[in-house]
Amino acid sequence: MNSTAESNTVAPEGFNLFLYRTKKHFSGPDPYLTVAGVFLWLFAYWVLCEGLQIWRFTKLPGPVAISKDWFSTTPFQGISIFTQEYYDHIYVSCKRILIAFGIATGLGVPLGLFMGWSRSIRDYIFPIIELLRPIPILAWVPLSILLLPGFEGPVIFLATLASFFVTTLNAMLGVDSIDEEYFRAAGCLGSSRWDVFKNVVVPGALPFIFTGLQISIGVAWFSLVAAEMVSGDLGLGYLIVDAYMNNVTVPMVIAMITLGFIGYFSSACVRALGNRLMAWHVKELAQQGR
Amino acid sequence: MAKNTSKVGKKGALSIKNVTKIYDPSGVNVMAVDDCSMEIAGGEVCMIVGPSGCGKTTLLNGIAGFHSITEGTIHLDGELLCGPGKPKADQSAERMVVFQHGALFPWKTLQENVAYGPTVQKVLSPAQATEKAGQMLAEAGLGNFLKKYPGEVSSGMARRAEIVRALINNPKVLLLDEPYRAMDALTKQIMHESLLETYDRTGVTIFFITHDLEEAIFLGDKVHIVTTRPCQLKKTVEVKIPRPRSYETQSSEKFRKLLEEVNDAVHEEAVKAFKAGEREMA
Repeated sequence: MNSTAESNTVAPEGFNLFLYRTKKHFSGPDPYLTVAGVFLWLFAYWVLCEGLQIWRFTKLPGPVAISKDWFSTTPFQGISIFTQEYYDHIYVSCKRILIAFGIATGLGVPLGLFMGWSRSIRDYIFPIIELLRPIPILAWVPLSILLLPGFEGPVIFLATLASFFVTTLNAMLGVDSIDEEYFRAAGCLGSSRWDVFKNVVVPGALPFIFTGLQISIGVAWFSLVAAEMVSGDLGLGYLIVDAYMNNVTVPMVIAMITLGFIGYFSSACVRALGNRLMAWHVKELAQQGR
Repeated sequence: MAKNTSKVGKKGALSIKNVTKIYDPSGVNVMAVDDCSMEIAGGEVCMIVGPSGCGKTTLLNGIAGFHSITEGTIHLDGELLCGPGKPKADQSAERMVVFQHGALFPWKTLQENVAYGPTVQKVLSPAQATEKAGQMLAEAGLGNFLKKYPGEVSSGMARRAEIVRALINNPKVLLLDEPYRAMDALTKQIMHESLLETYDRTGVTIFFITHDLEEAIFLGDKVHIVTTRPCQLKKTVEVKIPRPRSYETQSSEKFRKLLEEVNDAVHEEAVKAFKAGEREMA
């Protein structure tokens, strides 16, 4: 513990702490390296496509062509931040992800926890999950179209499936990772089986669950896009395929970059929620200097 | 039953008779405890000393109800905990364990940890338990750390909080498994003083496993030296140093003589254990 009782230096708090952190962040090389890195990549992209116009890369829209269309009120190839269509695609994809991720989490976390907690539940379910898990999501496409009506059902089903397996497995491993001594301590203290579940199993597995959820939301995105490409009427995945079919490459790349940003943002949301729920874990890591 | 007459009638008398424990991991029989008997009077501080891996923890696990025992009986205040027909004792708050590596729930604050026992046993309402936990932690000098998580405080503080978490349940026996093992000598001193102070206040029976001979004599009423695996009682050394004890006790002539006596007995076993270890590896 740092004791500063006798010293004049006081640890900053509140807004001062924020200022201190911001100042510290910008006094190191990290933010500048990030910015430099982004520009380096963009520059390489520009050189390949528009600067030197190297073989094959001429077929791709370069950064200048993309930004011209993306930020234009009258986009040449139909999609920009000023067209309603762009937001329709984003909205539909996000809505599907929210539903799929919600279902996968709502089913996967409890199932994984119960599988970790009870030997017999694991014996019933684990072999089936292990059998289904390696089947690629695209292999499920025909079955889901046969099984579920409309466009929405199969797409959401496919996105749910992929992230469900990840979430379930991580929740189960999370329970496995809990030190036996916490169960013993809980037993000594007079816990019922349900008390143990609430007070040891759930919080103990939480770090693993959130690692799993971060992976699972990523998996949900790429299986969603795969599903939208095969069967869909809207959505960013559909936009990519549709643009490709119609030989307009700019919207294709715009949709890809948009996916990148939204995916990044959704992972960050999951991470932030995890850190909020696991203050103890964050503080523990901080004490270890991480 | 109890030999120490001054403590007859106090709760928490443990009677361990002919306990044997055989592990059978992957078909290899390992006899961890063999025909081990010892009597621990109510309110006694009983120190168990023996070489590493000798089966001391196995004995503790038997008492706490974490493991079954193969043969023999263990009684607490005349009541059968485990024995023939009931190989595994029920886990209960009357026998509280303080673990080697510490087992405060890292996801609960110190106060929540301490309040946990009475809350789940429904002895106190959550509000009452929280209040009492706050009081008891303050008594143990942790008043400023109620809202801290175990990962945020020093290991000494965490261990002290863990003992408070045990004591809030008014246990008959406190089972400690090398709780101060990983601590530096100075922190250990403070922990010893605090445990002695706690003992003088509560008079709870203490079953304390350690490697540290000075710790054993300084804290204990009796020091039970056990053999290397399988664990058997080799020798009991009575520590007739009056309480309350202070740190000066450790430099007295009497203390040194006891230390020599215990050391002689343990050293032999440690050598045996070491040799056995060499054979296993060769």
